[in-house]
Amino acid sequence: MTRALPGMALRALLLAALAFAIIGPLANLALWSFAERWYFPFKLPVSWGLRYWEVVFRPTGVAMASLATSISIALLTVVVALAVSIPAGYALARLRLPLRALIMIIFLLPQAFPGVAVYINVARIFYGLGLTGTIAGVVIVHAAHALVYSVWITSAAFAAIDRDLEFAARNIGASALRVFFTVTLPLAAPGIIASAIFVFLESLDEFTGTFFVGVPNVSTLPLLLYSASMGGNYQIASITALILLVPSILFMLFVERFLKADVLSKVGR
Amino acid sequence: MPARRLLGLLFVAPALALVSALFLYPLALSIASALARPDGGIGLENFAKALELYSGDMVYTIFIVAASTVLIGLVAIAIAGYLTIGETPWLLTGLAWLYRWPLFVPFIVAAQCMRTFLAKNGLANNTLVASGLIDAADTVSLLDWRGVIITFVWKQAPFVTLLLAGAMAAIDRATIEAARNLGARRLRCLIEIVLPQVAPTLMVGLILSFVTMLSVLSVPMMVAGSQPTMLTVDMAFRINAYGDYPVANALGVISYLMTAVVAWIYLRQAMRERDT
Repeated sequence: MTRALPGMALRALLLAALAFAIIGPLANLALWSFAERWYFPFKLPVSWGLRYWEVVFRPTGVAMASLATSISIALLTVVVALAVSIPAGYALARLRLPLRALIMIIFLLPQAFPGVAVYINVARIFYGLGLTGTIAGVVIVHAAHALVYSVWITSAAFAAIDRDLEFAARNIGASALRVFFTVTLPLAAPGIIASAIFVFLESLDEFTGTFFVGVPNVSTLPLLLYSASMGGNYQIASITALILLVPSILFMLFVERFLKADVLSKVGR
Repeated sequence: MPARRLLGLLFVAPALALVSALFLYPLALSIASALARPDGGIGLENFAKALELYSGDMVYTIFIVAASTVLIGLVAIAIAGYLTIGETPWLLTGLAWLYRWPLFVPFIVAAQCMRTFLAKNGLANNTLVASGLIDAADTVSLLDWRGVIITFVWKQAPFVTLLLAGAMAAIDRATIEAARNLGARRLRCLIEIVLPQVAPTLMVGLILSFVTMLSVLSVPMMVAGSQPTMLTVDMAFRINAYGDYPVANALGVISYLMTAVVAWIYLRQAMRERDT
């Protein structure tokens, strides 16, 4: 026991150091959001308050406009991504496709390449089409980038369905289309919802694409965070960052409810 | 059944069209623009200019991303390894609860956290001073290359740890128990028994992290100053300040090549594993 004690203290110290390294940066963010004045050499805010929260959540404020823009873009991105991914996912899971492996890889490529060089060229193409600075332009850029999640996960969701259930429905006289909408789609729904959540978050947090394609009219929360931070307004930047964290943390807590092991084991296959 | 095949292609077509228009076509355009000469021919002039202006930043980018990748690997092996062979219950619970936190934090939020945390008057320095580890006069701002590496490791290590801990949980415990019974120390057990079995997973996690870090724009812009900086920032600057697409695209193609090198290493490894 006496020999184990120093080892115990060392372990506790290591865990505390790790906790500080992981939580510390987030704690600093929270501190800044409640700091009304904080400058060198004071180690903690000079005066505390909710003044900047009021500024951010003022209904007519810039932040609320950015939040509304961000959420609209994320929802539209989900709609676009699912509209093309449900048929694609179904085909990849169920129909015979030539070059199936290659098609799967193509959807992965936008995530696997350094994006900046691609985005500057997208912006250039969009400029000619009048799509720079429009919501529609940002939505399709986000959708193309997030397609790997929606296509791969919906495909896995369709692949995990027991086909006997569909055959049974066909046997008692349901049409192929009816079977799809009353049997296949409801069974695949949890996986499709999981992919929708992935796409939503990917769009909500996206910075680089919006930075090049959305200027000068489309301001999402990440762009507001960036300009507030570079302008030295750490309170607005920190509160915006905290708003962006909420959906991420909710997602971390609930993803397992939608993404079950049977679907997860088929992702990317 | 040609009709069924046609139906399948028809179903995939809209999604493929979206990726082609917004990724493959701009990608091809960036390569074409990088190789184009002002007189309409094809040449490497843009690359020569990019090298002349930004060779320092190329080395800097490779250094940052490679150093971060190594550190991410070490942190992930340490945490996932302890979660697999550790024996102190409260430490296991604490570690498992703790390490995931940065997993879903967006890069731009991570950048803002570190911008305040690592500053001269940030929580990191202030805590070290308060605990007596360093003197108040010795505090320095870490908002340079060190800050970028710290941010990358903070953000990506949980991801690799998650993959690695999953792979380690799936290996046959009997091999570990056998080695332990024969008297092997836990660290040796981790390095000689566990690690070789999960090496492919570690490789995938590190390669994905490498490519991700190579494409992040917000972290180098927000965490470190402008000189030297990473290639993503140089590309943005080339466009926003000069509208210089040829050099920006040449830098882009150079960043594709860096990705291609790690992809090649990965494929070679995957092939070798399939052969054995």
